[in-house]
Amino acid sequence: MISPLEPVFLFQLGPIAITQAIVTTWAIMGVLVVGAFLLTRQLDLYPGPRQAALELIVTTLDTQITETSGAEPAPYRSFIGTLFLFILVANWSSLIPGIEPPTAQLETDAALAVLVFLAVIWFGLRRSGVGGYLRSFAAPNPVMIPLNILQSLTRVFSMFVRLFGNVMSGVFVIGIVASLAGLLVPIPLMALDLLTGLVQAYIFAVLAMVFITATVQDGRANPTPSPNKKDT
Amino acid sequence: MDYLSLASIICAAFAVSFGALGPALAEGRAVAAAMDAIARQPEAANTISRTLFVGLAMIETTAIYCLVIALLLLFANPLLV
Repeated sequence: MISPLEPVFLFQLGPIAITQAIVTTWAIMGVLVVGAFLLTRQLDLYPGPRQAALELIVTTLDTQITETSGAEPAPYRSFIGTLFLFILVANWSSLIPGIEPPTAQLETDAALAVLVFLAVIWFGLRRSGVGGYLRSFAAPNPVMIPLNILQSLTRVFSMFVRLFGNVMSGVFVIGIVASLAGLLVPIPLMALDLLTGLVQAYIFAVLAMVFITATVQDGRANPTPSPNKKDT
Repeated sequence: MDYLSLASIICAAFAVSFGALGPALAEGRAVAAAMDAIARQPEAANTISRTLFVGLAMIETTAIYCLVIALLLLFANPLLV
């Protein structure tokens, strides 16, 4: 049986071995970028059906960001929205026969988690300056500094293992059932996989938003508690 | 088959089965509490279900860790080979 922890190598490009996940990732990136460009070329004050659907997506994202963080959605929309859409399309790309979702590989999830780790630092620095960001590590009191540093690493690690475990286990179970039972039997499992993919993309985006909000609020001099603040 | 790989396989099965017990009970309790809250206060269903999903993901992480340990034992065991 093929190990789910090892990537499938397709071909060699100079010193770099190109895996299947890299090709799929670039294809998804191309589809998203070209699709976004084509769909937003002619925006009108009186939207047609295409623009109305786009506006629905953006409004839903904005509402979720505001409800999670209690902040204005504009600075976070691009990062959180891209994260959500990319993970969603990547999870659902397993619907196309022969394609394994890139989020079922350790490397893609690790890269996404590193992005979230850097984004927390970037938004913390931008909102509250270097002093404010460093103060956020001493948030309840300075005794917590080592634990807060440890937490900022482990929570990103747990995000990465969670996404990998969920998507990979879905693909793995479908593979096992298809090899045991036949062609059409795993279809209910694939439907369940669609739901898992959506929920995991949503959770990844929401958790990224929660981490950013926690850092930004701890960095303020007089933090105002948001209704939905979660310490994880 | 030597004893080391046999032990790895049995331990992987034990890790997944016992690791899934706790999260299953915990998720059941969380969903039951959320249902109760929604039944009492249907207008807060949006907030409750969003918090429920994030909480379920947190609980599920424990089971996922066990799954990763099992996969490491089966596919990337440092003691074998």
